[in-house]
Amino acid sequence: MTGKTNKEALFNYVVALGDDALTLGHRLSEWCSNGPFLEEDLALTNVALDYIGRARMFYTYAAEVEGRGRTEDDLAYLRDCRDFRNFLITELPRGDFAFTMARQLILDVFNLEFLQALSGSSDANLAGIAAKAVKESRYHLRRSHDWALRLGNGTEESHARMQKAVDELWGYTHELFEMDEQELALAAAGVAVDRGLLRGRWGEAMDAILQEAALARPVEEWSVRGGREGMHTEHLGYLLADLQFLQRSYPGLRW
Amino acid sequence: MAMNQKEIKAAPPHRQRIDVTALRILLEQVKDPEIPVISIRDLGVLRDVRLEGDTVVVVITPTYSGCPAMKAIRNDIEELVAGATGLAVKVEMELSPPWSTDDMTEEGRRALLEYGIAPPQPRNAGARRVQCPRCGSGSTHLISEFGSTACKALYQCQDCLEPFDHFKCI
Repeated sequence: MTGKTNKEALFNYVVALGDDALTLGHRLSEWCSNGPFLEEDLALTNVALDYIGRARMFYTYAAEVEGRGRTEDDLAYLRDCRDFRNFLITELPRGDFAFTMARQLILDVFNLEFLQALSGSSDANLAGIAAKAVKESRYHLRRSHDWALRLGNGTEESHARMQKAVDELWGYTHELFEMDEQELALAAAGVAVDRGLLRGRWGEAMDAILQEAALARPVEEWSVRGGREGMHTEHLGYLLADLQFLQRSYPGLRW
Repeated sequence: MAMNQKEIKAAPPHRQRIDVTALRILLEQVKDPEIPVISIRDLGVLRDVRLEGDTVVVVITPTYSGCPAMKAIRNDIEELVAGATGLAVKVEMELSPPWSTDDMTEEGRRALLEYGIAPPQPRNAGARRVQCPRCGSGSTHLISEFGSTACKALYQCQDCLEPFDHFKCI
């Protein structure tokens, strides 16, 4: 790797991590004042804040790596769909409460493994962000695990909704473990995490929770991918329209 | 021109009277805006204070990634130190090692308890019951993993029935 491609690869990697955090944080923030009850409303928006905070740390670092004077705000507000590199699962509409919690469960289990590994990165900035965030994911998982049990073992209605959510989300989980050449090279250099290696432990942890919640692991029938290449679902455009509206219409507007 | 610059450098405002210990004491005045009884030192957020030339550098660490109080804390530090010293102030964020509730001082824990918030237990203490800050009962239960802010969980006392915040251990 030459210095230049190395820098570009690192920038792309860090931005993608920021994009994952921003889109998921935005989806969670949509629950603000729409939660099923007050405590849950607060919990969802507090988790949203943790993700927005992660997005800020990743974007700030990405802008520093790029070194062209862009800021965290430029990266969040002034890029279009095809420039976003988040996993498709993070941009899907929030759905009902079961869908939101099933997605959180899938991603909390994933993030716990991923951030734990990233905290050992040879890149001190990434390691620092990950060591901070993994503590938060640990208690995020306590809650999403608890909700999986309550909904899965709850009423006929809650069980059916939770199973439907897991079925609808499963095809989006494959992408979490797929690596392209650039990312593999970063992993070989000790900077990135080889997500392919996390699949086994993620699967085992998910199986245990699904079983405990009386939910069936979906049959592998289909899978969708493309987020890391900038190929998104139709939903991201609507999300960005909402998120970026102010800076697009009134460039440079300040709080 | 060069001469002028030299003169300005030779006489920085208040330079003689500023020492780091005094700055640390001054910074005790900066409180967590969401829990105004605890200072950033007692919270374990203040990591370092140093002078770099004519700039006061204050190093802090965020409690939670998305804690909105960090911006207010940063502004409070800048305003307070600049006002008291007349020097430029730079607030740096340090992520590593990550903040832990073990960084909180004993004084900080006492202040939380008096304010009605059950303080965090030491992380190596194992799973201990959260005590009610009102009546001291150990018979309490979790209502929600999140309270009014990211750092707190909501509990209720089963003896005096009072709901209360518990500062989570991380």
